[in-house]
Amino acid sequence: MKNNIKIQTRNYGFYYGNTKVLADIDMDILKNSTTAIIGPSGCGKSTFIRTFNRMNDLIVNAKVAGEIKIDGIDIYKDNIDVVDLRKKVGMVFQRPNPFPKTIYENIVYGPRLHKRCTKQQLDNIVEVSLKKSALWDEVKNKLRGSAMELSGGQQQRLCIARVLAVDPEIILMDEPASSLDPISTQRIEDLIDELKENYTIIIVTHNMQQAARVSQKTAFLLTENIGEPAKLIEYDNTDKIFTNPSDKRTENYITGRFG
Amino acid sequence: MKRKNLIQKFWNYFLLFVTFIVVVFVLGIIIYVIIKGWPALSWEFITQKPAAGMREGGIFPAILGTLYLIIGTIIFSLPIGIFAAIYLNEYASKNRLTRIIRLSIVNVSGVPSVVFGLFGLGFFVIFLNFGKSILAGSLTLALLILPVIITATEEALKTVPNSYRQASLALGATKWQTITKITLPQALPGIITGSVIGIGRAAGETAPIIFTVAAFSQPNLPNSIFSQVMALPYHLFVLATQLPNAPEDMQWGTALVLLIMVLFFATIGTVVRTRSRLRRVNL
Repeated sequence: MKNNIKIQTRNYGFYYGNTKVLADIDMDILKNSTTAIIGPSGCGKSTFIRTFNRMNDLIVNAKVAGEIKIDGIDIYKDNIDVVDLRKKVGMVFQRPNPFPKTIYENIVYGPRLHKRCTKQQLDNIVEVSLKKSALWDEVKNKLRGSAMELSGGQQQRLCIARVLAVDPEIILMDEPASSLDPISTQRIEDLIDELKENYTIIIVTHNMQQAARVSQKTAFLLTENIGEPAKLIEYDNTDKIFTNPSDKRTENYITGRFG
Repeated sequence: MKRKNLIQKFWNYFLLFVTFIVVVFVLGIIIYVIIKGWPALSWEFITQKPAAGMREGGIFPAILGTLYLIIGTIIFSLPIGIFAAIYLNEYASKNRLTRIIRLSIVNVSGVPSVVFGLFGLGFFVIFLNFGKSILAGSLTLALLILPVIITATEEALKTVPNSYRQASLALGATKWQTITKITLPQALPGIITGSVIGIGRAAGETAPIIFTVAAFSQPNLPNSIFSQVMALPYHLFVLATQLPNAPEDMQWGTALVLLIMVLFFATIGTVVRTRSRLRRVNL
């Protein structure tokens, strides 16, 4: 069981300046599975997952406390190269954000940053990534067309393909379907289901049904009193969380009594 | 309801009228210069040296001088201006020092150009011993337009959505890779527009070059960056006020050539900008 743990957090806390927004989070995130992070708006779900690829470094005055280990290595130790970390931990954002370049250019952007590739290798990466993200059939004839002309759902799958092209081990998804229509959402969910075979996925979502559909483990974050940091209320198998939560607050939240 | 519509109509036409006045004046100036200057334009006028005490012949040395000054100004001002803007927008934290830097830049753009000329004379010509030269003139003009280029570049960088930067960083790009591969290409059209405006201004400035480079009469073509040269704006001033009985059409011809040169640079800027914008849309 121990070998299955991909990410480990211990006494994790997060500060904006002197304000503590997250506290005491201990979590073991399993390899090749999908973990959902749920909780009311503003409880720090996005802040939490942005810790894993250190995107929070961009925020002035942000501070991390405790330990976050990926494959047993503390990613906030000084000798960690953020570039290597972000290669390993990809991220899909809330709104599709393809570059205003061609579909092809979007996908090869990452690989080109990290190593010299021949045209053949790049072509291959593009095809494989697009197939993995279930977009290949729709765009194979317009790889040199603008990514901005795709629909929102297609753009989001392109963004997933762009992440896959860098060959990550972990994929962070910050409400990846929140700006999409139901059909596009369905496709993204199917995709997450396929990808978890080979990747460790952490998804933040507002949508309870979505968390129940796509994830194996669910974590519930909650700020109990205004001004206090959010805490991890419950973290368990998704089945259990949604059918028989052990904490009253989790039950209240998922049954829609607040949040 | 009726009254509202009337007021709406009034402002509609009023704004149109005001805009029209602007266009009329701009077109008026251009057309006037063309009509007055056209008769002077000839192959000889733009390729020959002045003759008969500058009352005959051409203005080729002044054209070449202005061209060199434009090129020199671009070489000095563009890299410094763009790098400074990148620093301010992408790297500098929002603290008091940054605010002071920004405020200084804005204020520098309010300094009269004749003061720049005097500074150029004191610092470049005398202190650094460049003499009255293309080098001293270009540096002075570059300083003059730096605020324009910095401000325009910063504005252009600000229009690039943060989501692009985040996507790039999240893929493992360094900050510098993100700037060179995503942010700068996106901001390019705006940077070009600002630079063209700045360079156009530098090309037409008279006061700074009187102090630092422009010769009353220097028919010999420059042979180094330390040469003094004639330049169109100053030559125009000389023909119009310093030279009794200078033929009037030569003055207007000189003005027309200067106008054409500035418009030429503006056109290059527009073409480059349109092409990079088209590429963005199509690709």
